[in-house]
Amino acid sequence: MTKLAEASYPDDLLYHDQHDWARLEGDEHAVFGITWYAQDSLGEVVFYDPPEPGATIDKDSSYAEVESVKAVSDVIAPMSGEIVEVNEALADAPEKINEDPYGEGWLVKVKLSAPKETDALLGADEYRKLLDA
Amino acid sequence: MPVTYEGVREEHTAVRTHAGMFDVSHMGEVEVEGPGALAFLQRVLSNDVGTIALGGAQYSCLCAEDGGVLDDLFAYRLGGDRYLIVTNCANHDADLAWLGRWSRGFDVSVRDVADRYAMLAVQGPHARAIVTATLAIELPPRMRVAHARVGGRPALVCGTGYTGEDGVELLIDPEIAPAIWAELLDAGVVPCGLGARDTLRLEACFHLHGNDLSPERNPIEAGLGWCCKEATGFVGADAVAEARAAGTAERLAPFKIEGVGIPRQGNPVLAGGEPAGVVTSGSFSPSLELGIGMAYVRSDLAEPGTEVEIDVRGKHRAARIASKPLYESPASRKEK
Repeated sequence: MTKLAEASYPDDLLYHDQHDWARLEGDEHAVFGITWYAQDSLGEVVFYDPPEPGATIDKDSSYAEVESVKAVSDVIAPMSGEIVEVNEALADAPEKINEDPYGEGWLVKVKLSAPKETDALLGADEYRKLLDA
Repeated sequence: MPVTYEGVREEHTAVRTHAGMFDVSHMGEVEVEGPGALAFLQRVLSNDVGTIALGGAQYSCLCAEDGGVLDDLFAYRLGGDRYLIVTNCANHDADLAWLGRWSRGFDVSVRDVADRYAMLAVQGPHARAIVTATLAIELPPRMRVAHARVGGRPALVCGTGYTGEDGVELLIDPEIAPAIWAELLDAGVVPCGLGARDTLRLEACFHLHGNDLSPERNPIEAGLGWCCKEATGFVGADAVAEARAAGTAERLAPFKIEGVGIPRQGNPVLAGGEPAGVVTSGSFSPSLELGIGMAYVRSDLAEPGTEVEIDVRGKHRAARIASKPLYESPASRKEK
C-alpha cells in the first residue's frame, strides 16, 4: 500500500484557498504544488499532465491537471507568471504527489510576473483554519 | 457503498490477486413465479430462458419494443417455475413496472423482493476458498446458483460476478449481513468500493447500464448480440433482428490509450481528425497501468488494432481499438 504523507502544512509556504501552495525562491521565482489536503481528497495520483515550459499562467486559473483512478482535478495557480521548469520526474512517478506533496511532489517552477500577489495568499495558520471551517 | 475504503488501486489489486468484497445490496431483486414464468420471461428477456437448467444462471437484456436496452440483468432459476432476476438499482422501479405491464395474460406473479436480500459479492482468485472455509457452505460452480444457509438463515449463493475474476455473489438476509461482512473481513477479504468495482468491470469489458447501455442503444451495437435469441419472440426481437441483419452505424468497442492520458465518459472519439464516436466508460486501468475505455465508434473503426484519437479535454490522445477483454485474469486464461 502506498504510504501517504501525514497531514501537514509547512509554515514556510504560502497557500491558495484552492489547496495549492507556493514556495518563494528569491523575489521573482516560486515553486508550486498541491497541499496535503488536495492530494488526500483526490486519492492516489496516477497521472500528472504538466504545462509546457514557457507557458504563461494566471493566478486563480487552472494550469495543469492531476488525475486519480476515478477523477481528474484542475490545479489552480496561486500566482501569475511564466513556467520555467516542470517536474519531469512525475511522469514516471506521479505518486510522489501523494507521498511528498511539498518535496519531490512539486509541480512547476515559475518566474513571477506579479510578486505582490503574495498579499492575497494565506499563511499556514490561515490555511489550516480554512480547512477546519 | 463508498467509492473507496482504502484506495481504489489497492482494492482493485486485492480482487485481482487475493479476494475482495463489495456490498452491492443496492442491486434489486425480482421474483417471478408461476406456471407461466418461463413463457413470461421468454417474452421479456432477450436470451433463451428455456435453456436455463434448474439452478442455472443466465445474462440477458431487457429490451423495449424498439430494441433499446432498458436494463441488463442476470436471471437465476431457483425452482421448476421460480426465477429470480437481479436488476440494476437505478432501473429497479422502472423494470418492475415494465415487467408488471408485460405480465398481464401470463399465469405468473412478479414480486419485488429487493428488501429481502442483502448482496455481497466476494471476488478474486482466493474468494471461493475463503467463503467456503468461513461460512462452511458448498459453493455452486460458475454460472450456477445454490440454496444455502448463511448465518442460520436461508440464502442464495451465485457463481457470478462483475470483476472478471472467479468468486461468488451472496444473497443473504439483511439482518445478518453486517455479521457476515465482519466474518469475511476477519478472514482477510478486502472491502472494496464503487471505484474498484468500476475499474475491474471495465478491464473485463462488462457493460455498465447508464454508461455503455441505454434505451437509445440496441444490444447489437452494444456487442450483446450473443445474449439475444430473436427466435424466442422477446419484446424488441424484431428490432434486434433488423439491427443484426442490417448492421449498425456504430458499435461499442474497447480501446487502450497508446501513451499518456486517461479517457473519461463523454470524451469524443476522432478518426482522421473527424468526429467518430464517444467514450461511454473510461478510466485508468490499475492492472495495465494505462488509460482504457469503451466507446461507441463508427462500425468500420470498431475492429481491434484500429488507430483512433480520444479528445481528452482538448488534448488528442492516441488510442487503439482492442479486443475483449482488456485484461484477462491468469485463472480464466488457464480455463480456456
